[in-house]
Amino acid sequence: MAAVQNSMKGRRRAVDDPLWAKVLIVGVVMAFLALVLILPLAAVFVEALRKGLGPALEAVNNPDALAAVKLTLITAAISVPFNAVFGLCAAWAIAKYEFPGKALLITLIDLPFSVSPVVAGLIYVLIFGLQGWFGEYLVDNDIKVIFAVPGIVLATVFVTFPFVARELIPLMQEQGTSEEEAAVSMGASGLYTFWRVTAPNVRWGLMYGVLLCNARAMGEFGAVSVVSGHIRGLTNTMPLHVEILYNEYDFVGAFAVAALLCLLAVVTLVLKTALEVGQPGMRGRGGH
Amino acid sequence: MTITIRSVEKKFGRYPALNKVDLEIADGELLALLGPSGSGKTTLLRTIAGLEFPDAGQVLFDGEDVTFASAAARRVGFVFQQYALFKHMTVAKNIAFGLDVRKGKDKPSKAEIAQRVEDLLKLVELDGLGKRYPSQLSGGQRQRVALSRALAVQPSVLLLDEPFGALDATVRKSLRRELRRVHDATGVTTIFVTHDQEEALELADRVAILNKGEIEQIGTPDQVHDQPETAFVCGFVGEANCFEGQVSGGRFSAGALGLPASGVREGSATAYVRPHDFVLDDGGFEVRVDRAHVQGALTTVNATAADGRHIEISASRAEAAHFQGTVKIAARKAHVYAA
Amino acid sequence: MWRARTLDDDQTMTADTAVRRSSAPPPKGKRPLFRRRSAIPGFGLTMGVTLTVLSLIVLIPLSAVVLKAAHQSPADFWAVATSQRSMAAYRLTFGAAFVAAVINGVFGVLTAWALVRYDFPGKTVVNALVDLPFALPTAVAGIALATLYAPTGWVGQFLTPLGIKAAYNPVGVTIALIFIGLPFVVRTIEPVLRDAAEDVEEAAASLGANRVDTILRIVLPALAPAWLTGFAMAFARGVGEYGSVIFIAGNMPYKSEIAPLLIIIQLEQFEYARAATIAVVMLAVSFTMLLVINAIQAWARRFD
Repeated sequence: MAAVQNSMKGRRRAVDDPLWAKVLIVGVVMAFLALVLILPLAAVFVEALRKGLGPALEAVNNPDALAAVKLTLITAAISVPFNAVFGLCAAWAIAKYEFPGKALLITLIDLPFSVSPVVAGLIYVLIFGLQGWFGEYLVDNDIKVIFAVPGIVLATVFVTFPFVARELIPLMQEQGTSEEEAAVSMGASGLYTFWRVTAPNVRWGLMYGVLLCNARAMGEFGAVSVVSGHIRGLTNTMPLHVEILYNEYDFVGAFAVAALLCLLAVVTLVLKTALEVGQPGMRGRGGH
Repeated sequence: MTITIRSVEKKFGRYPALNKVDLEIADGELLALLGPSGSGKTTLLRTIAGLEFPDAGQVLFDGEDVTFASAAARRVGFVFQQYALFKHMTVAKNIAFGLDVRKGKDKPSKAEIAQRVEDLLKLVELDGLGKRYPSQLSGGQRQRVALSRALAVQPSVLLLDEPFGALDATVRKSLRRELRRVHDATGVTTIFVTHDQEEALELADRVAILNKGEIEQIGTPDQVHDQPETAFVCGFVGEANCFEGQVSGGRFSAGALGLPASGVREGSATAYVRPHDFVLDDGGFEVRVDRAHVQGALTTVNATAADGRHIEISASRAEAAHFQGTVKIAARKAHVYAA
Repeated sequence: MWRARTLDDDQTMTADTAVRRSSAPPPKGKRPLFRRRSAIPGFGLTMGVTLTVLSLIVLIPLSAVVLKAAHQSPADFWAVATSQRSMAAYRLTFGAAFVAAVINGVFGVLTAWALVRYDFPGKTVVNALVDLPFALPTAVAGIALATLYAPTGWVGQFLTPLGIKAAYNPVGVTIALIFIGLPFVVRTIEPVLRDAAEDVEEAAASLGANRVDTILRIVLPALAPAWLTGFAMAFARGVGEYGSVIFIAGNMPYKSEIAPLLIIIQLEQFEYARAATIAVVMLAVSFTMLLVINAIQAWARRFD
C-alpha cells in the first residue's frame, strides 16, 4: 500500500479532494466540534471538581441526591422495558403484515419525537392534574399522579415512546417476512417464531434502541419538570436535582450530579460505538 | 490519436490487477478489451482514462506522456457501466455538461453548445428528448445519452466500460450496431471493455484478450478465433471441446483421439477442437450420438466418446442427418497447447 | 408407494393449508379486520397492543391539549395565541431555531463530508461525539453552556471585552440550539453521502470539470433533499427545546423568553387554557414541520 501511495505522490484520483482542502475541512470540523461539544463536556467536570474531589463526592453522596438517583433509575427501569415491548409489537405489526394506513401509523408513533417536552408534560397535567379529566377521582381516592412518581414515569414514557420502535421498524422491514413464513410453514407457533427466528435477528437493533431510549429516559428534563412537584428527596430526578442546586447557586453540587449524568452519556456513546463497530450496517436509521 | 501502453503495472493492495501490459492502439481504431472478470480489463481502461494511476509503466497519447495527467486534462470521453448520468439534470444539460464547465475562452457560446447538443441527439437518435430527465428514459436511451455526453467534448479517445452489460438482449444488439455506426461517423479512437466475446468479435477492428492482468493475444476477430495463440484464448473465444492428453513424437493423443501436434513440446498437453471442426471419418474414433438439436442454420449434436467424454459437434442440417447411433468422427482442425 | 402418514405429513398439510388459507375465505368465526397476505400469526395481538398503547399514551393525551384550548372562545384563543408576549416568544424561539439550524446546516455538511470521505486520527471519537447531544441530558448541557458563556465564563470572558453578550439573551438561546441540533444534519446527510456512487464524480471529472465544479454542480445538488430534511429536523427540535435553553436564556418576558417557558409560566398560574393555547400553536408548528419534511422527501424522489 505504501508503494502505491508513494508512486502517487501528489496525484490524486478524480474523486479525492486536494490535501489542503482535506486539512482545512477536518480542521474546521474539529474546531467547531471542540467548541460546541467538548468544551461543555469539559466544563461540567472542571466545575464539579472546582473545590476538589471531596465536596464533589459529598454532593453526590447525600440523601437528596441519592433519592434523585434512585428515582431516575426507577423511571428508566419502568419506561425503557415498556417502550421496548411496545417497539417490538409495533415493529412486528408493521413489518410482517400488509394493511392500509401503515405510513400514517408510523407517523403517529413518531409524534412524541416532534412534540416539545414541555407540551408532553402539559398533556398529562391536563389529564391527571387537579383540574384535569381525572382530577377529582384521583383526589377522592387519594391517588397522586401529577407531582408524584407515576406522573414522572408517564411523562418519560411519552417522551421516549418512539425510540425503540424507530430502530426496529426499518430493521424488521428490511429483514422481510421470509424467515418467519418458513418457520410458520413448518408448524411453529407465532410466539415460538418470534422468539427463535425474529428476536435473534433484531437483537442488536433492539439493544441500540434500548440504549438510546435509556439515555433519554434518564436525562429527560422538560417534560418531567412540568409534572414533578420539584419536591426534594421525593419527586426529583437527577436532572431536576441539578436544576435545583444550580438555581440555589450550589454550583459544585449541581455540576457534580451533572458529572454523573455526563458519565452516563459517555458510557452510552461508547456502547453505541461498540455496537456500530461490531455490527456493521448498524447505524441509527435516518437521524434521530 | 494513437495510444501507447508501455509496461504498465497496477496493484490493489496485494492483488495484481495489471502485470506488465504493453499495447499499441492505432488512430481511429475500434478496439475491444475482452476477458473474464478480474482479468484487469476495466483497470486498464481506467488507467488510460486517468481514473487510475499505474504503479509502473507509461501511458502515451500521440507520443506524449500522460501517465499521471488527471482525467480532466486528458480529454477522454468515458462511458460508465451504470451510465453515471446526472440525475437532477435534463438530458440536454447532461450532454452539455462538459462544455458548460469550461472556463473563459475555451467555453463555447450558449448557441454553439445548444447546437452541439442538438447534433448529438440526432446522431444517437434521441432528438426531441432533450428536456427529459434520466429517470424518464429506458436503459437503452440512457446509454445513448451517456455516449453523446462523452462525445460532446470532442474527445481524442472514447472509452466504454461494459456499455451494454445492464441491458437486455435485443436492446444490446441494436446498441452494438449504434456504437459501430457512431464510431464510423466520428472516426474517434474507441476502446471498449466487455466480457461478452460475441460482442467483441462482432464490433471490434481488433480484440485484445486479457487474463489475470496480462494480454494473452491481440488480433483481428478472425485471428483470435481461428488462430488462438494460447490455451486460454482458445477456450475463451468461441466454443471448443477440450481434451487432456500427451504429446510425443509430434503427435497428440487422448484416448482414441489422435491429432498431429508438430512444434508442440513433449509431455502433457491440451487439445481444443471446435464443434464445427469434427467430421464423419471412418478412420476416426467412435462416439455415440445422444441427441441433436437445431440451432439456426446448424445442428448441434451431443455425443459421448468411448471413455465417457462428452463431445459437442456442430454440423449443417444436411450433414447432421448422418449423425445417428454410433459414428466415427475425426478432427480436421485442432489447436494443441503444451501444459 | 404407500407409506404411513407421519407427523411430518400432518405438519406439511397444515403448512400447505395455512398458506392457501390466507388467501382463501377466513376460517369460521373470526373475520380479520385487515386482509393479510401473510401467514404469520400474531397480527391481532400486536396490532391491538400497538393501537391501544399508542392511543392511551400518545393520541388521547395529545387530544387533551387540543380540547382544552378549544374550550375557550375563538376570540380568547386568538388573543392568547397572538398576544404581544406570545409573539415575542415565538420570534425568539423560531428565530433562534432557524439561525441555529442554518449554522448546523453549514457545519453539518462539512462534518458529514469529513466523516464519510476522509480518514483522520480520532475519527471514531469524532463520530461518537457527534451524538453527544442525543446522549447528554438537556439540563446538563444547559448549565454547562450557561456557565461557559456567562460574562465571567470560560468563553464569555473573552467576549465581554468585545462587547458581545452571549448569555441571558437570544444569542445564548441560539448557542444552546446549535448544540442541540448538531447531530441532525450530520446524521441525515451521512447515509446519502455514503451511498452516493462515485462514478458520477468520475464522469464529471472525465468531462473536464475540476473538483470545485464537480462538488458544486453534481454532489451538492444530489445532497439537497437530505440537507433540507436535516435542517427541518434540527429546526423542529430547536423550536420545542427546553432543558438546554432555560439556563442560558434570560427568561425575561418580551425579550428573552422562549415559548416553552411561556407554557410553564401559564401552568404555574393555573391558567390551563392559556397554556394549552400556546401548546396548540407549537403543536401546529411541529405538525407543519412534519408535513414539510415528508414533502421534501417526496420531492426528492422525483428524480429516482
